[in-house]
Amino acid sequence: MEEECKMIPSAVPPKYKVEIDRDRCMLCGRCVEECSWGVYRKEKDRIVIYSNRCGACQRCIVMCPRDAITVRRNITCWRDHPLWTAEVREDIINQSKTGCVLLSGMGNAKEYPTYFDRIVLDACQVTNPSIDPLREPMELRTYIGKKPKKLEFEFVEEEIDGKKIKKAKLKTKIAPNLKLETPIMIAHMSYGALSLNAHLAMAKAVKECGTYMGSGEGGLHKALYPYADHIITQVASGRFGVNVDYLNRGAAIEIKIGQGSKPGIGGHLPGEKVTAEVSMTRMIPEGTDAISPAPHHDIYSIEDLAQLVRSLKEATRWKKPVFVKIAAVHNVAAIANGIATSDADAVVIDGFKGGTGAAPKVFRDHVGIPIEMAIAAVDERLREEGVRNEVSIIASGGIRNSADVFKAIALGADAVYIGTAAMVALGCRVCGRCYTGQCAWGIATQRPELVNRLDVEEGARRVANLIKAWTLEIKELLGAAGINSIESLRGNRDRLRGIGLNEVELKALGIKHAGF
Amino acid sequence: MENEEMVIIDAKDMNYRELNEKIHEVLNKNPNIKKIVLKNVLGQRYIGNGIQKRDLTIEIYGVPGGDLGMFMSGPTIIVYGNTEHAPGNTMDDGKIIIHGSGGDVTGHSMRGGKIFVRDDVGYRSGIHMKEYKDKFPVLVIGGRAKDFLGEYMAGGMILVLNIDREGKDLGKIKGRMIGTGIHGGSIYIRGEVDEFQLGVAADIKEFTEKDREKIKGYIEEFCNYFNLNEDIKEKLINSEYTKIAPVSKRPFGKLYTHDLR
Repeated sequence: MEEECKMIPSAVPPKYKVEIDRDRCMLCGRCVEECSWGVYRKEKDRIVIYSNRCGACQRCIVMCPRDAITVRRNITCWRDHPLWTAEVREDIINQSKTGCVLLSGMGNAKEYPTYFDRIVLDACQVTNPSIDPLREPMELRTYIGKKPKKLEFEFVEEEIDGKKIKKAKLKTKIAPNLKLETPIMIAHMSYGALSLNAHLAMAKAVKECGTYMGSGEGGLHKALYPYADHIITQVASGRFGVNVDYLNRGAAIEIKIGQGSKPGIGGHLPGEKVTAEVSMTRMIPEGTDAISPAPHHDIYSIEDLAQLVRSLKEATRWKKPVFVKIAAVHNVAAIANGIATSDADAVVIDGFKGGTGAAPKVFRDHVGIPIEMAIAAVDERLREEGVRNEVSIIASGGIRNSADVFKAIALGADAVYIGTAAMVALGCRVCGRCYTGQCAWGIATQRPELVNRLDVEEGARRVANLIKAWTLEIKELLGAAGINSIESLRGNRDRLRGIGLNEVELKALGIKHAGF
Repeated sequence: MENEEMVIIDAKDMNYRELNEKIHEVLNKNPNIKKIVLKNVLGQRYIGNGIQKRDLTIEIYGVPGGDLGMFMSGPTIIVYGNTEHAPGNTMDDGKIIIHGSGGDVTGHSMRGGKIFVRDDVGYRSGIHMKEYKDKFPVLVIGGRAKDFLGEYMAGGMILVLNIDREGKDLGKIKGRMIGTGIHGGSIYIRGEVDEFQLGVAADIKEFTEKDREKIKGYIEEFCNYFNLNEDIKEKLINSEYTKIAPVSKRPFGKLYTHDLR
């Protein structure tokens, strides 16, 4: 007797439905070539579609010469239930089958409030004139780094043309600072997570715009050396690619304690992404997992952190600013204050909507607090402690446009890091599958045929365009507010008003409601 | 103090920045310097930090502070005393010889060079050591290590000799959670180690004659630095060791499932 084959089917309906207009399609096979996910296969005089593999990255749609492809949300419905959403059910099916941690990409995908969108800006009317940045200078230059508590001068008598003149000379030693022409920097995304072409495009763009980018924890590829004076090198718990040359080559050093998309955990770059080139910059053997432990095992306290900050400064003979990056968590203000009392030059706060190439879904969606509140809390606390003027605040995590930058600065930041936005400029469509290494746009992949799709020059132009466009908008917003320097906006929460926020939220943000 | 081959610095009552500034001043003014002797060292941190120089020896009398020789690439540091937290942290190349014990996280994230500790080391030593091509970090511990030895180890070698000051056997080691998350390199411990003393991802492998050949040179070097006699050397070379190595170089390869369909 034949044994009955029993199983629990675990397939779920495809999320997207891919359709080809067969009248328009000329069977050129471009979609087969472009889709790195294997959605298309050519079979004689027909393109066969596997919709279940599609993540709506739009590469095929954009590249199809006949505009024959449409991707829609697949409308196969699940029996409605307000608690047991399709997502919840799908995740259970996946995890009960595999027994694994759910891995996801990009930022928090839950519907938490975006406070940036509940904050409006001020503008001048009649009583104080607004300023037109086209006819008046607008100062966006920002210095990131330690500022002295006070300045001391000594007076030296000098003889010029027979006259004795007393000249004031600065006695106070000024700590090294980064000079930004615009308060927008590009966040730390490692080579390994990103392709070399993506890194190169960003590096060229920041150099052109007079700003900086982060190296991420992946060392520095030789091809980036010409741009190293615009790169902030990162030291994270895995210490990948870290040696004295690396530290001295960059413009500043950033100690990564945490990341907004996965506070409290480390990172695992899967072995298949550790190619020969990636292994060279990370200084680990090819094909091994690159594991960054959850904490730095030489930092178990705020005193240990201060020790690492000073150690990095000693290694670079106190010539490089050292930043400390933390994820925005409940006690972010107290932690930031601890950082400010070490010799750190800047505190970087990464909000819970920050992006990532890979994070456990449960962390991405549930751990951390909004960046808007974290900035306000940290700024407030550092002011109370009397150290805000000595240390810079860099904010990141879900900065989407110039208004977000403007609001972040008005809430108390000195500058921001953008990550996802810069990637979108390079072609990313936020499909959130960076961890697979199959990015069809050549951004989050190491496969040479995919990396080659990303044109470095064109990419650099796009990223630079984005930074320039936002810079222009920030100038316009400043002018409208009657302010001619970004310094006067920093922590200027009086120029913000909340809309539809309750009293507790307003208090946390330190702003008034519209109408007051 | 110019063009000297050897310079002595008295570190008494010096702040760490003052001492390290002095060391760099000496290095700059004396390009041919071979030896710097530091006397009365008492807790000053970051000594030898980031120095890139091959034929330089730094002798330390006293107890240096944390992060001794961090990022160092080339020099030899000899400590006549114990060391604090994280000697050889993220060290690139060179040698640290400690005539005493090392603190917690000795050899943290070391990527090259050698550390020889005459006595014991603290918790989490050799954590995340890693190798790449000709860079092969080695940590030799004369006595014993506290728990979490070689956690997340990604390459290189840790050798635990398990002897006291006179060269006598200390008996079975007590450390636990050895090699948690190890995915490269190997740990050799003289004597027996039980399975329950290992962390996740670590495995006991057969100790072969090839392994003995691999560790022999380091044992000889150790005996040489700390003046141990031939008998002890022979004993150490011919003892039985437990070899601990990764189960796989992808310990987390099966941890995740894609949030995809």
